[in-house]
Amino acid sequence: MRQHLRRIIQSLSALLLNGYWYFPVSRTIYQGRLKSICSPGLNCHSCPAATTACPLGAIQNFMAGIRASAEAARYHFGFYVLGWLGIIGGLVGRMPCGWICPFGLIQDLLFKMPGRKIRIPYIFSYGPYIFLALTIVILPIWVVDAFGYGFLWFCKFICPAGTLEAGLPLLILQPTLRIMVGHLFYIKVAVLSFFIIWSVLASRPFCRTVCPLGAFYSFFNRASLFQLKYNPEKCTHCELCYRDCPIDIKFYESPNDRRCIRCLVCLRESCAFGAISWEMGGLEGQSSRPKTSPVNSQ
Amino acid sequence: MRKGPFIIIGVFFLLCLIGMISGEVKYVLQQAVSICLDCIGIG
Repeated sequence: MRQHLRRIIQSLSALLLNGYWYFPVSRTIYQGRLKSICSPGLNCHSCPAATTACPLGAIQNFMAGIRASAEAARYHFGFYVLGWLGIIGGLVGRMPCGWICPFGLIQDLLFKMPGRKIRIPYIFSYGPYIFLALTIVILPIWVVDAFGYGFLWFCKFICPAGTLEAGLPLLILQPTLRIMVGHLFYIKVAVLSFFIIWSVLASRPFCRTVCPLGAFYSFFNRASLFQLKYNPEKCTHCELCYRDCPIDIKFYESPNDRRCIRCLVCLRESCAFGAISWEMGGLEGQSSRPKTSPVNSQ
Repeated sequence: MRKGPFIIIGVFFLLCLIGMISGEVKYVLQQAVSICLDCIGIG
């Protein structure tokens, strides 16, 4: 029942971030002023229904144009997007990953499909930082064309959300784009297919191994206003939090772990002993689940 | 109450404000309203 609340919020967010339902008639993307605001989650702004800008796309555009804009004395470094993401991170850390990101919702739903499930090795959790550094910052600034503009490396070669939300729908809507399809498109479809299959087998593989936006938010998990609190006196190490965690985190070993997407499943559903609580700017709360005394349970 | 989060939020709020004043909002809008061929995989 409680998990339903998160699903409802995820679905509403996905609908709001993709709320331009006139696209089957207009056959193009939304071009209103809302697109000056960046979505808190990964949502391609070339999706025909998208109402906001993709933060990763926006940051890459700034990085790719940094040399050219400096030469033209326009000092655009992406502070607007960086500041916006930093405010969100400072408030709630990676919570947008668990509650808002439409691509996170897609992965959650795929993982619900029955069948054999596998865990993702811990070492892969460093992947997002490599993708953040390389494809969002270093390569777009470093590798430039004759005019001094870089490329959107993450969007161009990796982003499966862009292929799913923008590439495929736009090719259906605009037949003229189909003649431009080449090897790159098929590579991106292969990347998307890979993550779809992996999402059925493992929980949130893209978030855990690639997503640079999650990597950015993760820097704030231990410092954000919203914090999860661990009470070792109440913890029985029953590992229910570990069993239910979509990211395979043992809460009692690492509260507010950098990988935690703050889905709050451990707080709201797993822990029956009140060992997990939350705190935000002086406000505190605990799970509303009926508590069991650690003594009685043993 | 911890002061750290408020300092972080304040710093990034300032950063956001600097970006807005320097015209970055318009730049984001310009990029987001045109179809990104890179995102589609045909750029």
